[in-house]
Amino acid sequence: MTAIGDLGFAAVRFVTDLGGLAHFAAQIGRAALAPPLRVRLFLDELFKLGVLSLVIICVCGLAVGMVLSLQGYNTLVRFGAEQSLGAVVGLSLIRELGPVLTALLATGRAGSATTAEIGTMVATEQLDALRMMSVDPIDLVATPRALAMTAVMPLLSALFIVCGLFGGYLVGVGLMGVDAGSYMSSLESAVDFHDDVLGSLLKALIFGVLVGLVATYRGHTTVPTSAGVAAATTSTVVVASVSILVFDYFITALWGV
Amino acid sequence: MSRAPVRDLLVGLFVLAGLGAVAYLSFSVGGLSYGGPPRMPLYADFDEIGGLKPRAQVVISGVKVGQIGSIRLDQGYRARIQLDVDAALKLPIDTSASIMTAGLLGDRYVSLQVGGDNKLLQPGDQITMTESAVLLERVIGKLIYSGADRGKNQ
Repeated sequence: MTAIGDLGFAAVRFVTDLGGLAHFAAQIGRAALAPPLRVRLFLDELFKLGVLSLVIICVCGLAVGMVLSLQGYNTLVRFGAEQSLGAVVGLSLIRELGPVLTALLATGRAGSATTAEIGTMVATEQLDALRMMSVDPIDLVATPRALAMTAVMPLLSALFIVCGLFGGYLVGVGLMGVDAGSYMSSLESAVDFHDDVLGSLLKALIFGVLVGLVATYRGHTTVPTSAGVAAATTSTVVVASVSILVFDYFITALWGV
Repeated sequence: MSRAPVRDLLVGLFVLAGLGAVAYLSFSVGGLSYGGPPRMPLYADFDEIGGLKPRAQVVISGVKVGQIGSIRLDQGYRARIQLDVDAALKLPIDTSASIMTAGLLGDRYVSLQVGGDNKLLQPGDQITMTESAVLLERVIGKLIYSGADRGKNQ
């Protein structure tokens, strides 16, 4: 009996959470469109979420491209098709690995920090202080962060992909001796702007919205204790990562990117 | 909120780098057409194009001079291919086009054999002499049947 009760409680909590998230998203949308537009705060967040994530994104992109090229070469060479290495590396990076890995990295690097920051503000009653001064904390604290995450994700993803292509080129052409011309021409003839590049950017944008929303929502709904901040941060990483991977499947299934 | 010159500069550089990456993926890798060298469209009909795809290469003596624009079926149920080749090329009207394969199982591409006529192909003209793709499975099929026939005759 208690097990069924637990299940019911979990279901109700899940739906409540989902509704809270949707309501929160609507509030952010309204705050983003209504003046005052917090341009300065937005730029601040661009710096924190974007510029400071740059190194990790580039290093990971390079490493992923290199290992992809190595694995791809070892498989393709069995079929004598190593000329298609560029297409394999390019399509995997652009369609799948670029947006997904960038979103996962950004969740770990920037999403968790955002939740911890807002969560600490909740625990130290800073958001209540804002409400006292009749300043809407969603407008001042959550909106710039969520918007910056959305704006930053396609850019980071594109940089990740370019670093990955470079890494793949280094290993494929430099190390394994694939012809440079056939690497680039198979890459360029396989990748299509409308089918692949636009889809990749769309994916990254959706992941950006997702991570930005989850991170700020979890921060806002933090239980105001130190354990609460820890739990909220963990929850951001778990929920955002899982939903990125689940959404990835559905975006691919629906739009074929 | 005051201006922070160093941070603003870094954010600006980050945004520029990101947009540069998007542009590289779109134009160079994704093949989104932009100004570039001017191209002229030529048309060619084939009975069989094998696995030829849009954006495949068009070469002369192995040097890339353009790419396949579109592939569709014409009224006579032949494949009508649009070739976008470098407009600076002066191609005689008796130039012929054939569909080749890179390696045994590689990508299909179109190779142009330049003719010797004095008249030149104009944009939108049709290349009349074409050689269709050789389908490996048909060649193998013919080999097998001819081998079987020879076996019967003996």
